[in-house]
Amino acid sequence: MRPDEVPQESAPLLEGQRKAVYVVDKDGHYIIAQSGGDEAEITVTEEAVAWFAKLAENAYQRALRGETSPLEYHMFRLRMDEPTLASATGLWRWRVRRHLTAKGFSNLKPNLLERYADALGLTVEQLKKL
Amino acid sequence: MSVPSATTEPVKTAFQHRQSAHCESGVISSLLHHEGIPLSEAMVFGLSASLSFAYIPLVKINEMPLIGYRMIPRWILKGMKSQLRLPLRFEKFKSSADGRQRLDELLDQGRPVGLQSSVFFLPYFPENMRFHFNAHNLIAYGREGNEYLISDPVFNAPTRCALADLQRARFVRGALAPKGLIYYIDGPVPKVDIVPLLCGAIKKNCFMMLHVPVPFVGCPGIRLLARRVLKLPAQKDLEYTHRFIGHIVRMQEEIGTGGAGFRFLYAAYLQECSVLLNNPRLQELSLELTAIGDEWREFALHAARMSKGREDLDLPLLHGLLNDLADKESTLYKKLKKAV
Repeated sequence: MRPDEVPQESAPLLEGQRKAVYVVDKDGHYIIAQSGGDEAEITVTEEAVAWFAKLAENAYQRALRGETSPLEYHMFRLRMDEPTLASATGLWRWRVRRHLTAKGFSNLKPNLLERYADALGLTVEQLKKL
Repeated sequence: MSVPSATTEPVKTAFQHRQSAHCESGVISSLLHHEGIPLSEAMVFGLSASLSFAYIPLVKINEMPLIGYRMIPRWILKGMKSQLRLPLRFEKFKSSADGRQRLDELLDQGRPVGLQSSVFFLPYFPENMRFHFNAHNLIAYGREGNEYLISDPVFNAPTRCALADLQRARFVRGALAPKGLIYYIDGPVPKVDIVPLLCGAIKKNCFMMLHVPVPFVGCPGIRLLARRVLKLPAQKDLEYTHRFIGHIVRMQEEIGTGGAGFRFLYAAYLQECSVLLNNPRLQELSLELTAIGDEWREFALHAARMSKGREDLDLPLLHGLLNDLADKESTLYKKLKKAV
C-alpha cells in the first residue's frame, strides 16, 4: 500500500479514531500512516452490526407478542448469539436454548437471572424489561 | 527506521504511548521500549514468527468458521519471552478482587502492565466496533481515583477507563476468557543480540506457512478456503453466502489489522532484517510480500462489496483470487527460505 492510498477521512464508524497502517513510501521504505478506515473493513463491520440489529429487532417484535423472552432480545442487542451466551454464562447450550423461550425465561430462578444479567453487563431489572 | 539493538544500556523514562497496527505486538513493543529496548512492532511480530494462515471449519464464531491470518493469541508474547529470554511474568486470577488488587499494586510501583481483555466492555471503543472478542491486549500505566490510565495500542492517543468497566472486561467468561491476565517485565532484561535470531525466525515462519502437516494451516489452508468459497450456495440461501464472504474479511482481524495488514507488518520486518543482516535479497522479497498484501486488500474489497450487494456475486472470482494468493505466498516463502 502506498501513502496516497490511505483513506484520510475518518469513517463515521470509527468515531474520529484513526488506525495505524503500514505503507511503503516512494523510496520503498515502510512507514506507519494513519488511516481513517478501509472501505472493505468498514463495510463488513457495518454488515455485522446490521446483522445483529436485525436479529434484535426481530426478537423484540416476537417478545412483544410473548413469543420469545426479553433475554433473546438483549442477547442479540448486545451482539451475542446462543453459543456465545452459553460460554459467557458457563451453561449448557440446551439450557440456554430453553431459557431463551418465553416460558423458560419466566421460570428462571433469581441466581440464573443474575448469571445472565452479569454475562450481558445488565442488571436483572434491565434484563427483564424489553 | 530506527535500527534496534539490545546492547545499549536501558534508560527508564515515563511511559510513552505508541500506536501500532496490531494489539499484541504493539503492547509488547511498547513494554520493551519502556525498558529501553527499542524493538519495533514489526520486529517483534517477525521475531516471534507470528505470520500465519488458518482456516478451521470446526471452530465456529457466530455460526461461521474460524479464519486466522496470524498465530494464536499470546504467541507473540511467548515468542518474545523465549527469544529475548525476557523476564516476562504472566499472572491469572480466580477472583476479580485479587486481580484488581494485584494490578493496582503493580501500577503503584510505577510499572506499565499488559492486560488481556474483552473488546465489548471497553467504553472507549467506538460503539460499532465493540464485539465479543476476548483476546484484546492493552497497557495500563497508572491510575487516578477510580480510573485507570490506558494505552491501547490500536488507538492514536492514550485514554482512560473506569475501574468497573475494566474489571468487567478483564473477567468476562467464554471463549478465550482472559481470566484477568496481566503480564509485565519483572526484573532486569538480559542483553541479547537479536541479529543471530533473525534467520531462524524467518525459517520457522516459512516452515509454518509451507510444511505444517495439516491441510488447514498455511498456504494449503488458503487453498482449502478457496475450495470452500466455490462450494457456497450461489442461487438460494444467499444470505449465508453473503455473510460467509463478509466474515472472511472481518476475520482479517476483529478490529482491522487485516490479513493484508499482517502481510505488510511482516514485509516491514523483512526490510529491517535486510538492513541488519546486510542482505539486499530480503528487501526485494519484502516488496514482493507487499504486492501480495495489496492483492489481499483487493480480495477483501471485492468480497466486502459482494457481501453488501454492491457488486454482483462472483464466487469463481474470489476462488481464483484466493488460489492465486496461495500460489504467490508459497512461492515467496520458498524463495525466502533460500535467501536466509
